[in-house]
Amino acid sequence: MKIQNILILIGCAIALTAASLWMGEQAYSWFPPQAAAESKLIDELFSFLVTLGTFIFLGVTGTVIYSIIFHRAGKYDTSDGPPIEGNVTLEVVWTTIPILLVLWIATYSYNIYAEMAIQGPMEAMHIHKMASAHAATMEEKGTFSITASNSIPVEKIEVLAKQWAWVFRYPNQNVTSTELHLPANRRVSLALQSADVLHGFYIPAFRLKQDIIPKQTIDFEFTPIRPGKYRLRDSQFSGTYFAAMQADVVVESTADYDQWLKLAATHKPVPANNQAANEYTQKIKGAFTTGYPTVIPAPPPLVNFSS
Amino acid sequence: MTNTQIENPKILLETHHHPPTTWKTYFTFSTDHKVIGIQYIVTSFIFFLIGGILAMIIRGELITPEADLVDRTVYNAMFTMHGTIMLFLWTFPVLVGLANYLVPLMIGARDMAFPRLNAVAFWMVPVFGIILMASFFLPGGPAQAGWWSYPPVSLQNPTGNLINGQFLWLIAVAISGVSSIMGGVNFVTTIVKMRAPGMTFFRMPAYVWAVFSAQIIQLFGLPALTAGAVMLLLDLSIGTAFFDPAKGGNAVLFQHFFWFYSHPAVYVIILPVFGIFSEIFPVYSRKPLFGYKVVAVSSLLIAGVSGFVWVHHMFASGTPAWMRIVFMVSTMFVSVPTGIKVFAWVATIWGGKLRLTTPMLFALGGLIMFVFAGITGIMLSSVPIDIHVNNTYFVVGHFHYVLYGTVTMGMFAAFYHWFPKMTGRMYYEGLGKLHFWLSFIGTNLNFLPMHPLGLQGMLRRVSSYDPEYAFWNVIASIGGFLLGMSTLPFILNMIGSWVQGEKAPDNPWRAIGLEWLVASPPPVENFEEIPVVISEPYGYGKSEPLTANLEKQELARDLN
Repeated sequence: MKIQNILILIGCAIALTAASLWMGEQAYSWFPPQAAAESKLIDELFSFLVTLGTFIFLGVTGTVIYSIIFHRAGKYDTSDGPPIEGNVTLEVVWTTIPILLVLWIATYSYNIYAEMAIQGPMEAMHIHKMASAHAATMEEKGTFSITASNSIPVEKIEVLAKQWAWVFRYPNQNVTSTELHLPANRRVSLALQSADVLHGFYIPAFRLKQDIIPKQTIDFEFTPIRPGKYRLRDSQFSGTYFAAMQADVVVESTADYDQWLKLAATHKPVPANNQAANEYTQKIKGAFTTGYPTVIPAPPPLVNFSS
Repeated sequence: MTNTQIENPKILLETHHHPPTTWKTYFTFSTDHKVIGIQYIVTSFIFFLIGGILAMIIRGELITPEADLVDRTVYNAMFTMHGTIMLFLWTFPVLVGLANYLVPLMIGARDMAFPRLNAVAFWMVPVFGIILMASFFLPGGPAQAGWWSYPPVSLQNPTGNLINGQFLWLIAVAISGVSSIMGGVNFVTTIVKMRAPGMTFFRMPAYVWAVFSAQIIQLFGLPALTAGAVMLLLDLSIGTAFFDPAKGGNAVLFQHFFWFYSHPAVYVIILPVFGIFSEIFPVYSRKPLFGYKVVAVSSLLIAGVSGFVWVHHMFASGTPAWMRIVFMVSTMFVSVPTGIKVFAWVATIWGGKLRLTTPMLFALGGLIMFVFAGITGIMLSSVPIDIHVNNTYFVVGHFHYVLYGTVTMGMFAAFYHWFPKMTGRMYYEGLGKLHFWLSFIGTNLNFLPMHPLGLQGMLRRVSSYDPEYAFWNVIASIGGFLLGMSTLPFILNMIGSWVQGEKAPDNPWRAIGLEWLVASPPPVENFEEIPVVISEPYGYGKSEPLTANLEKQELARDLN
């Protein structure tokens, strides 16, 4: 290979790397705010994959576009290109590199996943072991202000999903709410249940999702870190009013959280406002209506606190 | 190699020596693989248009945050039927149609191994298509549980009628499964048993390898889907409790049945398109397919790995951690044989004498969009990322880059490339290029915005959304309408060219392959004399003959 060609190749590689690293940085801005400890881990992994992906995408399409521009046959040129059928070295290289990349990505993903320790079904027996291990890794990295005492999850909050409402219950205070309140910088533990069909617990700002399966209680753990108001959505299609099945999630300081629980406990339970039930009873509006029958929404839940 | 299909060629040759002379032939129970191929292609294209209209309604609803165009029930029916039609009535049958047309020609056979079975398999397509469409006229409307039809939502039957949308949906899917299994048996037998003398496995075009691998997946995967559909049908209609948790059934079990087939199904769809790319790049680059043997074998590897990927659809649905990890790694490994193909195509194009005809443009556009889809595919297979983006528009975007950006673009490439062979006429290049640019721009405008939407947390299947998602949805809808319009020049081109296009020579692209050695359109029994293959495919730039008896074949044809 000529020196000139080698220099050109090196130049291209540097340009590609620079573009990929820039793209990887941009990736962080494509997400909602990082409201849970887990979201930082996921964004980091995503940024890495965007960097790698950009390099591959630009490399492949750049080569193709170069060919489209510079390797066109002339109008009256009916000759053939060089009959190159293959190249063993090249083929071995481009098989080995993807294998190594896959192993790298898989290991990295696994580590991130293990660090998240978000629980899920069939993992309940390891709860304490994994929770403490998790807190230790967090402390070592010094990324989050989670102390050993904070790593013990707050009381288990019961989450009930039904067609189409979210109901949150704090058993110790006997508080029921349609707004999920969580203390910041504390490990949170939820018990997810469904009254009817599959639902999905999903808060985009937390980057966390877990399906809820009827007749099962699924433990789910994470650590909110950024006070604010976020949206909880149903991520598993649950029928007619699926899109309306949303709730507010409020992350606040431990003091505010305790205050809220205390205040809510003094309220008398009243039926909550419920969009699915409202829409069902109202006349359907829309340019084209058919009036197909639907599953009747569950009655609005009785709660101490309604958002 | 024996030619078991030539039972009595003389009689057949004498009775119908010519290709179909009138359009009425296409409405008959023909056993000619070429007629059946075109029947499949035209039928599925009609369903493609219906599925496209439903997509326009979906994009129309999503152009504003509120659910204000159709009721929520209708919206749910729209996306359910859009998905079902596009998969079971467009991509599967259209690719089977193309393979039906091309495989016997490419391997030097006179027909498929079981011509009557082939015809029966085709005629089941309009039957289940009509069953599915009939559900629009039921009081409760069509199925509304999404094309996955996960129970228990799919078991909820607010009309109370036995015959409801979901019921018809399940019957249609079961019939589709049976039809495709018939096709699978036929293709595998044809490719194994009916190759012309000298057509060894490593002399088969990469397209035939791809079809072969895809049809093997059909044979091991489809029984699972079909069984799952039948079990769900029993739950829905006579009250068994396979999947109904209220009666002690297991709702997640259905997901295993469903995805055990429905993820490999993506490879059933995309492998033939990889095959199409492998045929088109060499012709219009005037170079042999780079690394032909590896490209051929990588198809089989993809089919093999495809059996171990299904759980990646269930990372968030109550799957234990060890299973998440195992299936993450196996899913990522699909990228290795796929990457081999991509690099081989790039190397084929590199340094060639490129001719940017419409089929080449569609193949290049499809390749670029596939690379993008592959990268987002790796992201999705990574468990932590998947936990965030699954069931969001990120997945929808990825999936449509695969199914429109790659598969449908690849199909259009194939339509244009083999149009002269199928019809004996040339298409209009200008209309073809207009079609390409409209669809390339439309596809990217439509599906690229879905990625940021998904990363921000917009869920799929919602009929209304928070106003923060409005911007990208408007762009996506504009792209969707553009994509809808892009099919108009195509329809105009295909009908216009078929009726009064310029007469096509036998081999207008100077392509190498047995299908280009016969007349356009090919006679009923394909070959006057079965070719004897003496070299590997893709001999561009090598000036070596493909068959030993080419002169005799040409002579025989001239005498007729």
